[in-house]
Amino acid sequence: MIHGLTIYHFLTVSTLMFFIGVTGFIIRQNLITILLSVELILNSVVINFLVFNRFLYPDQLQGHFFSLFIIGIAAAEASIAIALIINIYRRIHNINADNVNEMKY
Amino acid sequence: MTLPLFMFYLLSAAILLFSVLTIASRKMLRSAVYLLFVLIATAGFYFLLNYQFLAGVQLTLYAGGIVVLIIFSILLTSHISHKFKRPAAWKLWMGLSVLVFGGGTTLWMLLLQPFDKDPVVKAVPVSMHLIGDQLLGLGKNGYVLPFELISVLLLAVMIAAIVVAKKESN
Repeated sequence: MIHGLTIYHFLTVSTLMFFIGVTGFIIRQNLITILLSVELILNSVVINFLVFNRFLYPDQLQGHFFSLFIIGIAAAEASIAIALIINIYRRIHNINADNVNEMKY
Repeated sequence: MTLPLFMFYLLSAAILLFSVLTIASRKMLRSAVYLLFVLIATAGFYFLLNYQFLAGVQLTLYAGGIVVLIIFSILLTSHISHKFKRPAAWKLWMGLSVLVFGGGTTLWMLLLQPFDKDPVVKAVPVSMHLIGDQLLGLGKNGYVLPFELISVLLLAVMIAAIVVAKKESN
């Protein structure tokens, strides 16, 4: 318990954030907004790692380093995804997920 | 109500509100700005958990880097005043049912789960010195292998992003 906050407080928020991200992943059509939902999901997972680290194993920093690597990989993923999206836009002039069902033309 | 508790409720209200707005807004630039607010509020969570270094990383890399990248790509690929159609009804219901049933089940199991009230071990203070030692350490609690792997990954991603987004010559 830190300043009167329990592990349940943080995990509740991160669970809700995760499922809001999944919902966004399902209901949106535009590729960039799908990417935004993925960022929400990744962010909630990072909160989970840190909370478990702080509340259950505070003598080590494993969750801390995993979060650091997740943030780095999220940056890599975002840049690759945006490169792909720009390439798709150049070919078919929009970025709706419904229109990207063919690999080429 | 103590100050940390108040800050927690403020930050979690901001996170939940802006996450919903991120996926519900029909203008894309606004979605990206709401995502920025979510990321900043999450950095506040890290400050509450006493991970100041990670909060700094979150603010600079996520809120500073990724959001700017996303906003750039939005401006490159769509008109700024473009407004999306509403999603199809079956998709909306599917998404909402995932939110209600998936989130409900997970929260239910989570709140039933007995976590240790107080860990027996003593917390280490997270100093810059300790982070640097462990990130480049070879022995126990050393993370030099993932550190090197992620550096190779970032190089590969950088080259791949340039190759993929490059204009074809003909």
